[in-house]
Amino acid sequence: MSLEYTSAEMMTVTAARALENGTTCFVGIGLPSEAANLARLTHAPDVVLIYESGTLQTKPDVLPLSIGDGELCETALTTVSVPEMFRYWLQGGKIDVGFLGTAQIDRYCNLNTTLIGDYTAPKVRLPGGGGAPEIATNAGEVFITLKHSRRTFVDGVDFVTTLGFGRDGKGRDGVPNIGKGPTRVITDLCVMKPDPETRELVVVSLHPGVTAEQVQEATGWEIRFAEALETTAEPSEKELEVLRELKARTERHHSGE
Amino acid sequence: MAEVLSLHDAVARYVDDGATVAMEGFTHLIPFAAGHEIIRQGKRDLTLVRMTPDLIYDQLIGAGCVKKLIFSWGGNPGVGSLHRLRDAVEKGYPHKVEILEHSHAAMACAYEAGAAGLPLAVLRGYIGSDLPKVNDQIKFIDCPFSGERLAAVPSIRPDVGVVHAQKADRKGNVLVEGIIGVQKEAVLAARHSIVTVEEIVDDLEATPNACVIPGWAIDAIAVAEKGAYPSYAHGYYPRHNRFYKEWDTIARDRDSFNAWLEENVYNAGGAS
Repeated sequence: MSLEYTSAEMMTVTAARALENGTTCFVGIGLPSEAANLARLTHAPDVVLIYESGTLQTKPDVLPLSIGDGELCETALTTVSVPEMFRYWLQGGKIDVGFLGTAQIDRYCNLNTTLIGDYTAPKVRLPGGGGAPEIATNAGEVFITLKHSRRTFVDGVDFVTTLGFGRDGKGRDGVPNIGKGPTRVITDLCVMKPDPETRELVVVSLHPGVTAEQVQEATGWEIRFAEALETTAEPSEKELEVLRELKARTERHHSGE
Repeated sequence: MAEVLSLHDAVARYVDDGATVAMEGFTHLIPFAAGHEIIRQGKRDLTLVRMTPDLIYDQLIGAGCVKKLIFSWGGNPGVGSLHRLRDAVEKGYPHKVEILEHSHAAMACAYEAGAAGLPLAVLRGYIGSDLPKVNDQIKFIDCPFSGERLAAVPSIRPDVGVVHAQKADRKGNVLVEGIIGVQKEAVLAARHSIVTVEEIVDDLEATPNACVIPGWAIDAIAVAEKGAYPSYAHGYYPRHNRFYKEWDTIARDRDSFNAWLEENVYNAGGAS
């Protein structure tokens, strides 16, 4: 039991395990895409991966650099237009899980990918919403994965690009035709889930070797811990092997022309 | 009926200073050659519409062609920021660019509504987002049948729609293959359209449900070989991912960007 792995690998493997075989998953680019494809290549061969570029049920051999890489189209069951993707497949209720990354997240899982600072005079301008605002409300539920730090886990996001549970945790209450929202957040330190009552994030599982103090140190608010705090299962040899091969293939692919 | 023009003449005829121009292509088939021609002709005060501004709008913004940007995701995919866009928004270089931002779902619906000749698009969107607070073009309406509160945005109806496609036939009918994005919608929603193609062929060899835009719905066809490079054209050439990574360094610095522009756009000729 002394496999060597990095905290980034721990995060990806844990995020991948969250995805059950057979679910339909609307995949964000970056960490979510890495995790979703690891799931597909390990325990969830029949997971249906959908990217907003219109590629339906795609099985890329290398991780896409962009959301619309040719690899996604070539390995997809079919490719539809972007309006069809958002209207029929996402808004139409065909997606079980939206898998998202973010630049900032707060205790109620609100996501900010728009900017740091004030809107009219931003300190840092970020890319913006993209597909996330509607993925987060139209998918059945949402998984979020990102690295854990005080820069990302903030006490109140600068801008709510994408709804978690709102500034007060009640943002979804009484709204018709809306998904469950975030059900888990996976970082390189731990796994968190929203409290079923208050919707505030609670740490439910610490990755092996990580302490509660470390998580608190990397979080911009006083984070809560579950009473029955678990230890996340380590990655298996197989998962690490598949992940490393996938990343090596991807690296070779994107460093060429 | 589509007229086959040189890229120079197509841009000169249809893209006026101050026009609203939508240059589409979702990662795939991005009309770079047309964008460079717009830069070379020194067009100014453009309102640019595009879901994912990508490098092409970074270049147009850095070259000073742009007054306003309407978009939904403004980054260098998988790499990071668009530094020319950020420099314009954060520091006003080369001049301030006004931005109006949406979500992808809203823009996709707005293009579709534009193609359908409707004044607005309706979607189940923007719930709980701060975007409606900073974009007065996002409103909410009550469904007259169910009472459900839904988002409404104005349809996109640009002066000019510019897209790149694999091929056209001699009558100007165009075949778009692969990730088709909002290409067809951008052409049909626009008052005028320019389609650049890799080649003109005798027969499109299109299957019955292929994405074909009839020539009579297009104003100008211009041949631009490798016209989507460094993005890609499915079946012709792959995305130049390394250049997308290198762009981060080129565009980060004003001088290196201007030198790149000089060498690769202003001095790169272009079809006359």
